[in-house]
Amino acid sequence: MNSTKPKLSVHKFSSCDGCQLALLNLGESLLELPKYVDITHFAEAGPNNPNAKVDVALVEGSISTPDDIERIKQVRENSAYLITIGACATTGGLQALANLADREAWMAAVYARPDTIETLSSSTSISEHVKVDLELHGCPVNSQQVIAALADLLAGVKPVSERQTLCMECKRNGVVCTMVTKGEPCMGPVTRAGCGALCPSLGRACYSCYGPAETVNDGALAQRLQSLGLTSEAVARRFLFITSGAPPFRDAGLRLRRPPLETDE
Amino acid sequence: MLDAHLPHSAVIDRRVQESPGIFSLRLQYVDTNVQDVFEFQPGQFNMLSLFGVGEVPISIVSDPDDSHFFDHTIRVAGRVTEALSRLQPGDRVGIRGPFGRGWPMAQAEGQDVVVVTGGLGCAPLVSVIRYLLRRRDRFGDIHILQGVKNEDDLIWRRQYELWSREQGVNVQLAADMPGKEWPWQQGLVTELINTLDLNLEKTISMLCGPELMMLAAIAQLRDLKLDDQRIWLSMERNMQCGFGQCGHCQVGPKFVCKDGPVFCYSEVADFLGAKGF
Amino acid sequence: MPTQHIAPRRPGFMERERLQDLLDALRLLGYRTLGPVVDEDTIQWREVDAIDALPAGVQARQGAGEYRLEVQPDDRLFAWNHGPQAIKPLLFSAEERLWRERLMVDGQIEIKQTLPEVEPTAIFGVRACDLAALALQDRHFLSPQHPDPHYKIRREALFLIGIDCAFSAATCFCTSTGDGPSLGEGFDIGMAELDNGYLFWGGSAKGSEIIDRLSLKPATEAQLNNMIQGTDRAAAQQHRFLPGETELKQLYEKLNHEHWDEIGERCLSCGNCTAVCPTCFCYSTGYQRTLDGRSAEMKRQWDSCFSPTHSSMGHFMVRGETTLRYRQWLTHKLAGWQEQFGRSGCVGCGRCITWCPVGIDLTQAVAALLDGGLADA
Repeated sequence: MNSTKPKLSVHKFSSCDGCQLALLNLGESLLELPKYVDITHFAEAGPNNPNAKVDVALVEGSISTPDDIERIKQVRENSAYLITIGACATTGGLQALANLADREAWMAAVYARPDTIETLSSSTSISEHVKVDLELHGCPVNSQQVIAALADLLAGVKPVSERQTLCMECKRNGVVCTMVTKGEPCMGPVTRAGCGALCPSLGRACYSCYGPAETVNDGALAQRLQSLGLTSEAVARRFLFITSGAPPFRDAGLRLRRPPLETDE
Repeated sequence: MLDAHLPHSAVIDRRVQESPGIFSLRLQYVDTNVQDVFEFQPGQFNMLSLFGVGEVPISIVSDPDDSHFFDHTIRVAGRVTEALSRLQPGDRVGIRGPFGRGWPMAQAEGQDVVVVTGGLGCAPLVSVIRYLLRRRDRFGDIHILQGVKNEDDLIWRRQYELWSREQGVNVQLAADMPGKEWPWQQGLVTELINTLDLNLEKTISMLCGPELMMLAAIAQLRDLKLDDQRIWLSMERNMQCGFGQCGHCQVGPKFVCKDGPVFCYSEVADFLGAKGF
Repeated sequence: MPTQHIAPRRPGFMERERLQDLLDALRLLGYRTLGPVVDEDTIQWREVDAIDALPAGVQARQGAGEYRLEVQPDDRLFAWNHGPQAIKPLLFSAEERLWRERLMVDGQIEIKQTLPEVEPTAIFGVRACDLAALALQDRHFLSPQHPDPHYKIRREALFLIGIDCAFSAATCFCTSTGDGPSLGEGFDIGMAELDNGYLFWGGSAKGSEIIDRLSLKPATEAQLNNMIQGTDRAAAQQHRFLPGETELKQLYEKLNHEHWDEIGERCLSCGNCTAVCPTCFCYSTGYQRTLDGRSAEMKRQWDSCFSPTHSSMGHFMVRGETTLRYRQWLTHKLAGWQEQFGRSGCVGCGRCITWCPVGIDLTQAVAALLDGGLADA
């Protein structure tokens, strides 16, 4: 019997599967989901039909192999609406750090037979390859945001994106600023909200797994982090971490690594 | 005044597609007691909410004396208006309102009225035109100056033609890019103002449209020596609460939703057109 | 809300050891009692039922972008100035459900207002600046035309024990805004911490009644002097200041000053200043719907004029640049408020300086913007 329910697929590209796990950890909402959608493909959960045409595709992971490029084109073609979930899919992920390093040397150091590895020279976000309708950030993604987006789509409405900074989320949750009280080198002021202020609520600095906020004043933050005792390279590494592929952070990190220009006195 | 904090359910009685991107809804409160106490002035707006989707500020375009219903003309501009555009008669929306200060209709009594609009169907002023025509004996001459980019952007074209046949009504339309069948001027609406012969002691002007267009129109009206107190305009900002509480719509010290959306030019002169306000 | 009137101070003296009596009296009357407690390296409002939970000898050292607690060998329980938040979050909740909607089978939509359940709450040790901010928030959220039902219900359950400041933090400048360091009005019970005990006086009928029941001895001359010494010391410790309201209004004449750009280069647009400001009131609203599409909730949450969405008109942003956002915040707070609320929106608490991650100081900004420009303004 053919169902009239909208069809949903979950695809994995270069990633750790953490975002799929976040979906699996949804509990009740995940059990409720099949009442409203047919999950045609979600290999980690069981359904395995990667080539089915769907209404909504959730895409985890970055593009890092020639095969990834072909597959994502196929997924795009098969999907009416495509949502990328998590830092890998939206920015290239942790593995995009290799974009900034001597990839050949790394491969030689890690693999006994690097010539057997078929990989691209970079790890990039999905949106660099195909049109993406919605990006949900985070490492891993906030699965409640995924559910909210699906609820909107089921109602025939465009989902909304989180656009505040993490600082606002901290303040809303009554979390006290770790930078101001402890001098923690926090990335919150330049980071997109959405995680629930997880790290700061445990007294730790945010390391920006949700990636850049809409307004990134990296120069001012870098200066502040340096005044807290971080070297310029240590600050660069905070920008060049989980979302190093996001242009504002990549540029900020590279600027910090570049030796300062000599000025005429 | 109805509870500003909670929407009342209203049902769509009629839906008219005015142009590909503009539609009108005729609404009626589900609770007739609510409909009975609902009163508004031309230029005021309601917050329209669509179940689970969002809330948007929309000007009321019907006549205040039509007490059994009220009309909204809506341009599809975002996720909420897009979703609203799919509604059909019988569907329901939530209404909070009416909010804000409307047009100075009392001050306009006995005066010639110059109505200047630009852009896509400026609903706040259409309500004024209808109001004036329905109470024709209480007002002087009516000049209706409307500018559009393309000829096709003009909605209610037939109405403009009908209005122009009324006595003492001067309708002038200008299109940046008119087609062959365009009987009016080519150019900007502001260029039409120079053609007016105003009685400065008995004229009030009402402006609605993009702010750059309104600024240009205001400059022309002031050149003609029309007093600032006789220049009124309707402004648009991000409005969420409707009664001056959420803070988004502020222009300098004014809350557009509460102190406006209709302002006398002198009230906002310092901030109109200033970057960042 | 308690009836507020300025009661002349006729304080009674209470030994430090007896402070528990007041707490007990309030709890006996059914109040949940909130007091200052050290939590997350700051002073925060937490429920206290025993006086020994209060921060003995704790001072809060504050600077631009810095807050550190220090403990002195001292019995004082109120030597700190303030924590990261005033009373604002307790009344104007950071997140609030406004109403709930349910789609009925016949297509009707049921809309129900959702109001918070509150219990009578007494707050111990509220500073003069925070009471001044509360009065401003009351004006905003309890306007006669549109009193906010959520705010109102919490406000009416509030009982306030204000306290004179006997010390100032480096970021304090309430003397220049006229809001401290001594209590003005807006409290039920007034309180001052002396070297060896407390003075109490009634600020409302309800408060006076409680004080009367404690049968305190009238304060001696020496004790009154000790009280004044405290606020005098606090005032003398302040070295930041804002100019008067007439001068502040002239910020609107400085819209093109180059200093805005200098601040724009430092400002992170993170919104912290607005979130800790006890008078900032902006909020945004939005729906949350359930997967089944049958029910939805309208929620509001704190917004900030530093958020990209704040000035968004859909197709464009009125204030896309940080410089314009900071200018909006400062001119509104210090000049726009005067037209809207009859006074500046700044009460001199200095939280925006302390909690700014990069330590931007509004008093410095104002000085730079108005410097030398007053004569020609």
